[in-house]
Amino acid sequence: MSLIKPKHQRLVLVALALVALVGAALMAAWALRNQASYFYLPSQMVADPPQPGQAVRLGGMVETGSLRTLADGVTISFVVGDDKGARVPVRYSGITPDLFVEGSGVVAEGSLGADGTFVAESLLAKHDENYVPRELQEMDEHQAAKMAEETTVGLE
Amino acid sequence: MHGYANPTRFLSLASWLTPLLLASGALLAAGALYWGLFEVPPDRLMGETVRILYVHVPSVWLGMGGWTAIALSSLAFLVWRHPLAAIAARASALPGMVFTATGLATGSIWGRPTWGAWWVWDGRLTSMLVLLFLYAGYIALAQAAARDGASSRIPAIFGLVGAVNIPIINRSVVWWNSLHQPPSITMGKSAIDAEFLVPLLVGTLGFSLLFGGVVLARMRALIADYQAEARLRRRAMEAH
Repeated sequence: MSLIKPKHQRLVLVALALVALVGAALMAAWALRNQASYFYLPSQMVADPPQPGQAVRLGGMVETGSLRTLADGVTISFVVGDDKGARVPVRYSGITPDLFVEGSGVVAEGSLGADGTFVAESLLAKHDENYVPRELQEMDEHQAAKMAEETTVGLE
Repeated sequence: MHGYANPTRFLSLASWLTPLLLASGALLAAGALYWGLFEVPPDRLMGETVRILYVHVPSVWLGMGGWTAIALSSLAFLVWRHPLAAIAARASALPGMVFTATGLATGSIWGRPTWGAWWVWDGRLTSMLVLLFLYAGYIALAQAAARDGASSRIPAIFGLVGAVNIPIINRSVVWWNSLHQPPSITMGKSAIDAEFLVPLLVGTLGFSLLFGGVVLARMRALIADYQAEARLRRRAMEAH
């Protein structure tokens, strides 16, 4: 007579199969970490620049004070940066999405020019995880932090 | 817990729980939708389009929740062989697929004004689309198994294997650079202002109750189906 009940045997078998499956999925996700990314960060682009003319995406924050309209009136230039301090200048001609503002996230599709300027063919605005009503946007950082604290009371 | 694996006891529980879940869920969801669509102030950057949040977030939550229910029921079925677990998994599939499709559609409508694109192939969107296809595959497989009298073990294994996609959806915006925003609500923290957050949580709860009620109603219908078929078969045997 076996000491292990069949249902316990099945439980162990299913548990082992799940561990193997999750392990395989994690390894696949890890192997895909670069290919599955939608864009390069500025620091990645500076460290390992793509071939000039190769179609890539660049994503980061539009640096405050860097947005300029060039002399032709339709071309804009700005600098995309990240929290590691890397900066990539970008040039774009066309209509920008509504959420494209300085200090906000952007994903630019295009290619790196020979002079190190990223020439964008299209811009996508990236919304961050913050949702704030209009009347609260004038608050300074301290007030906002206090507000956020009050919001999360009771959630911990 | 094992007591409710008995269909008779389950049916007597479900007969009063189903209308209760459906009514309370419908009430909460409708109230939260009104609150979110008409009362909440516009967002600082997105303006009025922020209101899609109140359909989008509960939808994708339940799209993922539906598959989690399939996976847990499939696990219970494979290990303990309770037929009710297989019925629960089958009943969760269609509502889960409907919510996944709603989540993808509302996300697309939201993406156009916010990002400037209806669709992009980033990690979050792609893994969510894979979930929709998994649902379609699961439903086809479970229906074929039920129709041909095959074992429910095949869809159960599929349900368990497909669950691998759920943590991938959840982590996709953290592992990979994506156009979709990172999570706003993490353990104990929210980057969503209280004015937006409270109706969102109420709505998510309401839609979840509604989901539970629909699953119970579908389970009762599936059980009635099996019982009717068993009775027909018995009569056919007696007639011989």
